[in-house]
Amino acid sequence: MREITIDEIESLAVGAWVLGTGGGGSPYLGLLNVRRLYAEGHRVQLMDPDELADDDMVAVVSNMGAPLVGQERLVDSATIGRAVTLMEEYLGRPFRAIMSVEIGGNNGVQPFLAAAETGKPVVDADAMGRAYPEAQMTSFAVGDLKPWPLSLVDPRGIEGIVAKVPSWKWMERLSRKMCVEVGSIAATCKAPRTGAEVKRWGILRTTTQAIKLGQAIRLAQKEHRDPVQAILAQEKGMLLFRGKIADIARRTTEGFLRGTVKLEGLDDSRGHTFELAFQNEWAVGWLDGVAQVMTPDLICVLDSVSGEAIGTEVARYGQRVTVVALPAPPVFLSPRGLDFVGPRAFGYDLDFRSVFA
Amino acid sequence: MRRRIGIDVGGTNTDAVLLEDDRVLHAVKTPTTADVLTGVRLALESTARAMGSEPVQAVMIGTTHFVNAVVQRRDLAPVGALRIGLPASRSLPPFCDWPADLAALVRGQVHMVEGGHDYDGRPIMPLDERAVAAAARAMNAAGIACVAISSIFSPLDPAMEDRAAEILRAEMPGASITLSHDLGRIGLLERENVALLNACLAPLAQHTVQAFEEALRQAGIAAPLFITQNDGTVIRAELAARFPVLSFASGPTNSMRGAAFLTGLKNALVVDVGGTTSDVGALKAGFPREANAIVHVGGVRTLFRMPDLLSIGLGGGSHVEARDGRIAIGPRSVGFRLPELARIFGGPQLTTSDIAVRAGLLSLGEASRVADIADSFTRDTLAEAARMLEEAVDRMKTEATDVPLLAVGGGAFLVPDRLPGCSEVLRPAHAAVANAVGAAIAQVSGEADQVFQGMTRTEAMAAAERIARDRAVEAGADGATLSLVDIEDLPIAYLPGGALRVRARVVGEIAAG
Repeated sequence: MREITIDEIESLAVGAWVLGTGGGGSPYLGLLNVRRLYAEGHRVQLMDPDELADDDMVAVVSNMGAPLVGQERLVDSATIGRAVTLMEEYLGRPFRAIMSVEIGGNNGVQPFLAAAETGKPVVDADAMGRAYPEAQMTSFAVGDLKPWPLSLVDPRGIEGIVAKVPSWKWMERLSRKMCVEVGSIAATCKAPRTGAEVKRWGILRTTTQAIKLGQAIRLAQKEHRDPVQAILAQEKGMLLFRGKIADIARRTTEGFLRGTVKLEGLDDSRGHTFELAFQNEWAVGWLDGVAQVMTPDLICVLDSVSGEAIGTEVARYGQRVTVVALPAPPVFLSPRGLDFVGPRAFGYDLDFRSVFA
Repeated sequence: MRRRIGIDVGGTNTDAVLLEDDRVLHAVKTPTTADVLTGVRLALESTARAMGSEPVQAVMIGTTHFVNAVVQRRDLAPVGALRIGLPASRSLPPFCDWPADLAALVRGQVHMVEGGHDYDGRPIMPLDERAVAAAARAMNAAGIACVAISSIFSPLDPAMEDRAAEILRAEMPGASITLSHDLGRIGLLERENVALLNACLAPLAQHTVQAFEEALRQAGIAAPLFITQNDGTVIRAELAARFPVLSFASGPTNSMRGAAFLTGLKNALVVDVGGTTSDVGALKAGFPREANAIVHVGGVRTLFRMPDLLSIGLGGGSHVEARDGRIAIGPRSVGFRLPELARIFGGPQLTTSDIAVRAGLLSLGEASRVADIADSFTRDTLAEAARMLEEAVDRMKTEATDVPLLAVGGGAFLVPDRLPGCSEVLRPAHAAVANAVGAAIAQVSGEADQVFQGMTRTEAMAAAERIARDRAVEAGADGATLSLVDIEDLPIAYLPGGALRVRARVVGEIAAG
């Protein structure tokens, strides 16, 4: 266990945004909260998963809802902290530590808000290794761990518990309804995990991964080196395409942002085209019409100059981008893992083939 | 026949033009004076002499005075911030991400009270009117005369900001009150920041607009006064005095629009090459394309009506050096110290101006001082400058077809006569006063940016256009001349009911009288 510095949190925010693979919401508001908490004297400890006892209880937190609503209601550390203590009251026992359900995007920073509020450490792990749009798209669901209970809190003091559901899909449906009713943004503490479950099914050391990734990007930017190369070196990733955005189509269906982005090749990719499909996050990429990269491999679209990640909500015509793939967590590569997060889970009739295979 | 006077008050020069229909009848350049008024008066008097007996219909002034005040941290008033939204948003109070030096000058008091709305129009909490009144009394007691009010989702429902303003006016007579929904978009912190910046500039804006009006009076010009805005349109001076932030980017905007007018093109890219940077903007139907992104002003994150500009480190004073076997230009620049530091003036630093003189593109300083530069080095440097411009121009294009490029600014000699991706490169006449021309030709606009629910896409877009039209008329437009120049819709992830965010903008001619 070691204390995390505010500079590491700044790096975490940069790295988490890249691991958001186009979605997950900007970590900006979460980062502002941690800056304030640190300025007030709070400090957060990061705990290796191996330090968990098998019967320790771990809180799994995330903010749920529409990023646009979050831009108005903002993110408040007290709300996510309350989601954790509400769950402790419901369970009748205390949590040993807190972890994120998804390291990608704003939720990568959320455990630090809850941890500072409650004085508990953050476990160096998550359940996605990136960002995914739906609650059942986690390593815990792949492990068939029980999906209940869930606590949901809004800043008005509305507090809810989903006590029991038959499946992760049901949890997604019920919690989504509650979330919409309180204004389409809420802090949640999802099904608590034991130390043994985290060690067996968690995607381990992703907080450290995101911090190191952010540090590599920030250092490259500072030294005027190519941040894209820094990302590839740090994550053992693969450069897929360099180009500019030539067309974007977006639509919302069933509460998700879906669409496609078309790229025209530049540099080594000149003369080729690349098309990306997304559901909040980047899902599949086609080189010259042939499927080349697909979930669960991480697809990141980066600004070719700054190395900063480009979200599916803000991608726009003319941007110079580099598409890279980063390796997926092994838990998602099993046939069962692919049932949850493979291309067919997103409606693409494709057999998964990793670019790293 | 329509006659108008356009004036651009820059940091260095005050330019004025007299425009008759499409012709520049008179142009004058005078130094900007510390009191602003004298420079404007001198420019106006020169123009008035050229006018003869024919009156002008309107005077338009564009000024960088307000944005400079923020950047230079001067003439800013302390502001009372009133945010409506508790218990939401408590942990990130107003000013929470401001640069410390600016916050120290502007943060008068911070009050947060219960209220605000959800995205679907339901109140988060009822407005706590007693808390608003208490905040007003506390601000009054501290002598705070400028207030910014922000409320969660106020762009969807401004009622709580309006009601709080009513209470404040009763408790704090004479206070200047800025409401966030009048200025900003969705995004509470960024919209609130715009309101706070606006509020801290209120006394300066009041004073400056009065000085402009006084200058008009002294020059014997009776026409109504308008102030140009970021989007290339104008609002009545008394309205502009309430919204100084809306003129932050009027400098580059007016120069782009002026360049377009002088060449007769409505859809083009414009590159303004200065001493340190080149700013590339895009004109669509004669107006600058808007940035749909965060813009930092004096270190503060804002999101409001600003032109989409791409700035690259290429200017007439940019350093030139050979680095790892290739030519590197900028981003460092000698800037306004060109006459002492550049090689052509006997200085030690090789700049793009030296290269241009060596290549015969520019007459400046002493060409003999750069005669030693190899032809190949000169050629490679100009090629690198052209490559930087080509990439910047391409990044600003919204379609693959070639578009005309208008080159303006003191460093425009760096723009080659042919550039890939550009159908032609034009250098307008009167380029030196393009910004004053841009001011003179400005029209009046109105904008709406809202989330609509339970409507078809067509209905939502019609509703947005109606709101924009109402706002244009309020700003001084003739309703009969309004036309829609920009409309776009963005579906919103995770919100049920087919929620659609629509932005619409209309423009029209200034209403008579």
